[in-house]
Amino acid sequence: MITKPGLLAQTARIPERNAIVWRGAIVFKLIGLAAAIAATFVFSGYHLFQLTMVIIYAIAILGLNIVTGYSGQISLGHGAFYAIGAYVSAILMTQYNLPYWATLPAAALVCAIVGFAIGLPALRLGGLYLALTTFALAITLPQILKYRAFEDWTGGVQGIVLAKPDAPFGLPLSADQWLYLFSLAVGVVAFVLARNLLAGRIGRAMRAVRDHPIAAEAMGVHLALLKTKTFAVSALFTGVAGALGAIAVQYVAPDSFSVFLSIVLFVGLVVGGVASVAGAVFGAAFVVYMPNVAEKISKAAPDAIYGIILIAILFFAPSGVAGALARIAERVRGKDRFKDGIPLQGGTR
Amino acid sequence: MTNSAKHRLTRREVLGGAGAMTAAAVISQRAAADDMPGVTATEIKIGQTMPYSGNASAYGAIGRTELALFKMINDQGGINGRKLNLISVDDGYLPPRTVEQTRRLVEQEGVAFMFNTLGTPTNTAIHKYLNMKKVPQLFVATGADKWGDYKHYPWTMGWQPSYRIEAQIYAKYILQNLPGAKVGILYQNDDFGKDYVNGMKDIFGDRFDKLVVKAVSYESTDPTIDSQIVTLQSSGANVFVNITIPKFGAQAIRKVYDLGWRPTHFITNVSASVGAVIKPAGVEKAVGIISGVYLKDNTDPAWANDPGMNEWRAFMSKYMPGADLNDVNHVFGYGCGLTLVQVLKQCGNDLSRANIMRQAANLHDLDVKILLPGIKVNTSPTNYHPIRQLQLAKWNGKTWERFGEILSATAT
Repeated sequence: MITKPGLLAQTARIPERNAIVWRGAIVFKLIGLAAAIAATFVFSGYHLFQLTMVIIYAIAILGLNIVTGYSGQISLGHGAFYAIGAYVSAILMTQYNLPYWATLPAAALVCAIVGFAIGLPALRLGGLYLALTTFALAITLPQILKYRAFEDWTGGVQGIVLAKPDAPFGLPLSADQWLYLFSLAVGVVAFVLARNLLAGRIGRAMRAVRDHPIAAEAMGVHLALLKTKTFAVSALFTGVAGALGAIAVQYVAPDSFSVFLSIVLFVGLVVGGVASVAGAVFGAAFVVYMPNVAEKISKAAPDAIYGIILIAILFFAPSGVAGALARIAERVRGKDRFKDGIPLQGGTR
Repeated sequence: MTNSAKHRLTRREVLGGAGAMTAAAVISQRAAADDMPGVTATEIKIGQTMPYSGNASAYGAIGRTELALFKMINDQGGINGRKLNLISVDDGYLPPRTVEQTRRLVEQEGVAFMFNTLGTPTNTAIHKYLNMKKVPQLFVATGADKWGDYKHYPWTMGWQPSYRIEAQIYAKYILQNLPGAKVGILYQNDDFGKDYVNGMKDIFGDRFDKLVVKAVSYESTDPTIDSQIVTLQSSGANVFVNITIPKFGAQAIRKVYDLGWRPTHFITNVSASVGAVIKPAGVEKAVGIISGVYLKDNTDPAWANDPGMNEWRAFMSKYMPGADLNDVNHVFGYGCGLTLVQVLKQCGNDLSRANIMRQAANLHDLDVKILLPGIKVNTSPTNYHPIRQLQLAKWNGKTWERFGEILSATAT
């Protein structure tokens, strides 16, 4: 878990310790993956559905994280890409009878293109303007989905009801179990890809753009192009999540993708930990489970409880859950290796 | 309540008694328990999703009323000795959360059935799931017409008059009483609005395009509908069918008045609320507006001494002290709850899902006392629209003055 961004600079200084940490992290990840697979056979349908939603939101938040966490561009409209992914998947399944798995690459492609097209003008403006442009997108999309001209495809306000995929090859799995494993596989691929992207040259360039655009430009980074590409990749991840979400929920409708969804993803991002790949999972868990907790505390004002919990988390774990965990891990290890100001993986940028 | 229901009950009791005398009683009881998920000797578990948070949270009052009503029923001994345990959970009016919460209720909590879940998109999201699992989705709190589709979704039933039925009644009235009508329609661009337009089409048929001179829509997220009203006025319409939710209903009434437009103005039952629409718009600006009503209006002094409403008020003061007595949602929830109580009474001791659905489709002239006099709840295996009657009422500046007979329409 501790092999992320901030550490890259450390590699040269303490190679042997880093190797141990690296190996430890691999083991940790494998245990985590084994536990996730084992969950298929431990939990009932409903809990698996919830876990599936956690995976799906984790992928969506990961996408948002790439643009906001790593590249420093605030997007308040990623719910729109989630919606586009969901609709691409739903339309292909119902209108063109494509198998559900084949709709994921299509959703990824469409969202990447839309993301690129929107990023092109918006990211040249940057900063707050991007936040507003994406927000506008999130507001607009539900109405476009209702628009009469597209009704034959989108089902208008009625939305599209989907069938649930059964396990293939006669595997002895229930539909819920299969969908969970399928989502888990997609999630693992998405996280490995994201990690490789962010840990490599491109990831470094992204962070350079975030931390000091002028310096990055001086180093030869094409600012606008990199930002736009980042945005497209980010939209791609969130779009795949949307497609998976449509398959899991078996229903898409404009009301499912209100502007609130974008805010929820943003909340998940901040709570999980900005600029942390693992943080996306924590953020997703928060997004899925916290409303239920809030409602259990008070049926009269669940929104208020949710807000209070949110403020409490930001107060006690300002760098998100991932950041807080990293800090605890460091304290347990007894060595504050990040004292010299190199940001934690859940850094507050 | 009907003879047949009473008869059924006794027969079942007799059978039950005979069964108890046999040695196989234990086995048969176990078998019965297996067939009756969510039901024990002392409890019936019922599930519900409600928007306690989010945009539609005002409707949460319906769920809270039903919780209180079932508490009252339980205080009175429950139904056939069983307490009603309503597990009412929040979905924030977001379909994905409705799916999640419903699955939790059905699979984890093991509820016998879902009751009065609120919202059209939210119910659509669980429509297929519940029907596949054969879990009754009873008396959904939405006026969409599709909840009466007994052929394709035999486990789902609505309650209130569907929007389509309501529109059919307006259209019939227009044809019969307003010769030379030039109709202008303003509708919300969603299920809700389109159901009304379809209802008008059912009655107008081929003449729809001739009778309706202009139909314009708005989005529920629009800030105002002023320009739509201006468009309708300039179309020369002399009948205005105002298919809006309360916020826009009030806006429309005000704008129509301010423009000096004086059409025969119909407003949906959804927006007929005195507290939420008429008063904000201005009581004098709404004079002459016609709407279809089926509930006794809790803000209407005409019902001040009505026995049915007095029962409701007694319930409210004892079980929901401090709640807003002007909120129609409390009346609605009370009515839905009472209808369910009757269904469960008719079930007797056979609380299998199949029998709950059978009894829900076996209500005959049920008098739910918060419904207008003459409006009865009727269902059958081929009628999943429990309430399909309305009475027209005209706003006279002080109250909705009902006129004419109780009208009914046939949904297609």
